[in-house]
Amino acid sequence: MADELKNKDSKHHGHGHHGGHGKKGKRHHRIDASIKPGSAKYVWASISHNRGAVLGMIFLALIIILSLVSPLICRYSYSTTDFAAMKSWPSFDHLFGTDDLGRDILSRVLYGARYTLIIGLLSTVLSAILGIIMGAVAGYFGGVIDSCLMRFLDLFQAFPSLVLAMAFCAVFGTGVDKCILALGITGIPGFARLMRANILRIRNMEYIEAATTINCPTWKIIAQHIVPNAISPIIVEIAMSVSRNGLASSSLSFLGLGVQEPKPEWGQMLAATRNYIRDFPYMVIIPGIFIVLTVLSFNLLGDAFRDALDPNFKD
Amino acid sequence: MATLLETQNLKKYFKSGAGMVHAVDDITFKIEEGETVGLVGESGCGKSTLGRTLIHLNESTDGKILFQGKDVTNLNKRDIKQFRKDVQMIFQDPYSSLDPRQTVSDIIMEPLKLDGSFSKEEIKNRTRELMDIVGIEKRLRMSYPHELDGGRRQRVGIARALALNPKFIVCDEPVSALDVSIQAQILNLLMDLQRDLGLTYLFITHDMSVVKHISNQICVMYLGQMVEMCDRKELFAYPLHPYTKALLSAIPTTDIHNRKERIILKGEIKSPINPGPGCRFASRCPYADDSCKQGVKSCEVRPGHFVVCNKAKEINQL
Repeated sequence: MADELKNKDSKHHGHGHHGGHGKKGKRHHRIDASIKPGSAKYVWASISHNRGAVLGMIFLALIIILSLVSPLICRYSYSTTDFAAMKSWPSFDHLFGTDDLGRDILSRVLYGARYTLIIGLLSTVLSAILGIIMGAVAGYFGGVIDSCLMRFLDLFQAFPSLVLAMAFCAVFGTGVDKCILALGITGIPGFARLMRANILRIRNMEYIEAATTINCPTWKIIAQHIVPNAISPIIVEIAMSVSRNGLASSSLSFLGLGVQEPKPEWGQMLAATRNYIRDFPYMVIIPGIFIVLTVLSFNLLGDAFRDALDPNFKD
Repeated sequence: MATLLETQNLKKYFKSGAGMVHAVDDITFKIEEGETVGLVGESGCGKSTLGRTLIHLNESTDGKILFQGKDVTNLNKRDIKQFRKDVQMIFQDPYSSLDPRQTVSDIIMEPLKLDGSFSKEEIKNRTRELMDIVGIEKRLRMSYPHELDGGRRQRVGIARALALNPKFIVCDEPVSALDVSIQAQILNLLMDLQRDLGLTYLFITHDMSVVKHISNQICVMYLGQMVEMCDRKELFAYPLHPYTKALLSAIPTTDIHNRKERIILKGEIKSPINPGPGCRFASRCPYADDSCKQGVKSCEVRPGHFVVCNKAKEINQL
């Protein structure tokens, strides 16, 4: 192990002129050289050395835990109105203040986290699964199947995704499940295109042919050579999509198409209190900050995943 | 020397929107054991397709392939597996022929692991031995391809090809992606390996100086057809086919007092899609007449010197 460490260092000097990756490599210096890049252990080590990703993870973990236990720890229920304490600024009684109906904003923000997170995660899972399958099928088989699938997905992409999601909500109705469905479906083309492009690129690589010449069975070529090389951009896209869909769920709720009152979705909280932004800005700013921090956390995690999964970033 | 590999009227056609692309058409030749056959021709003439068809990366359309006297044209899955232990390929682009997610030792080990007849210890030892044979430093065994330069990558590719002790290796332009100093190293490595391990090469290239350096026999292809095949010295000294002559005249010389006359080809290059009978070079050949467009035959004008040209004797006053 010791000599491997030394090699790593000498390589850094030798390849210093590669410049572009140099600064990324610095971060990896702290990772134990005996950990094999590409392994789950390496990914974890790489992410845990990324300060932004660690902060993002801590924030998300905190939010998830607090959201789950909020009914137990909060003094007020998210839906209890207290007309004696309407529009009160943050104080020891109400740490984040109360809204126009006297509901405790802290309780609402913490409880509401679950909607943003659940909608973001489940809609991403839905679009990732369908998108990956469609993209892989289109890319692998090509020809007529490819054209049909891709033209079908073009129909989705002809509209801005938020407009499409709004149209779905208008048809299916409002609510958490409808919101997941709408965002999930509109997210399919992105995943499908990404997967298809990757499969196409990798299928024509000479190392796939080389694998054939050394008698690698087809399933192994797909499982060991094609998928691992095609999947890492997808994992990054998943992290990004969670944040995007979380934000979109807030947008839909803001427009009145997503989660409905009295459930405290962050976007819906923004929408309900936006008239008071001049006199009681905390009502809008607090849920806004949570939206921003959650999206930022997922983006930081996504970036860290990209660096950890791409062997070319290992200097 | 025994004949290791032989083809008889080998054909490989691809379907395309406009018709059949005759990538390899009617190729008959022999490769002797322990020799290197250089396969030259312009890009797109079917050199790589021929190499790939020989080792069953493409299935041939028609004709026969004989390997050590046995017909290996049509093999079932199990026989192909067995066949691929004897034949291997070294690829053109060392940047895309290695999986970016595998380490050097993973890449070299893979064929041994897939073979299934070696113990873990044997695989380890053999991997070390292979790295030694192709000259990759031991410290690089956990490196990834992107950390290596082109020459070292190509060495890894060679080690992978050698893993199961093949008899015949198709080298598909293995040095064309490398710079000249590295080219020489890799060529010398390939020649050393041939001497030590008794390998037989089909060496595909478009670089005449490379082919002159490494080959025993040279086969010249033009648009899917073989036009000339003979001993290396003979080809450079007495090229007989008009296309070979033009090809050789295009090699740049450094001696300004002894400039060769360049033969500039005119005329349109025939499309390889449904080309019809006859010599494909006829449309650019200064000697061609109507009989060339009807059909063309291979003839052995001197011992071991095959030319596929109706006019060869006439042109060369033989």
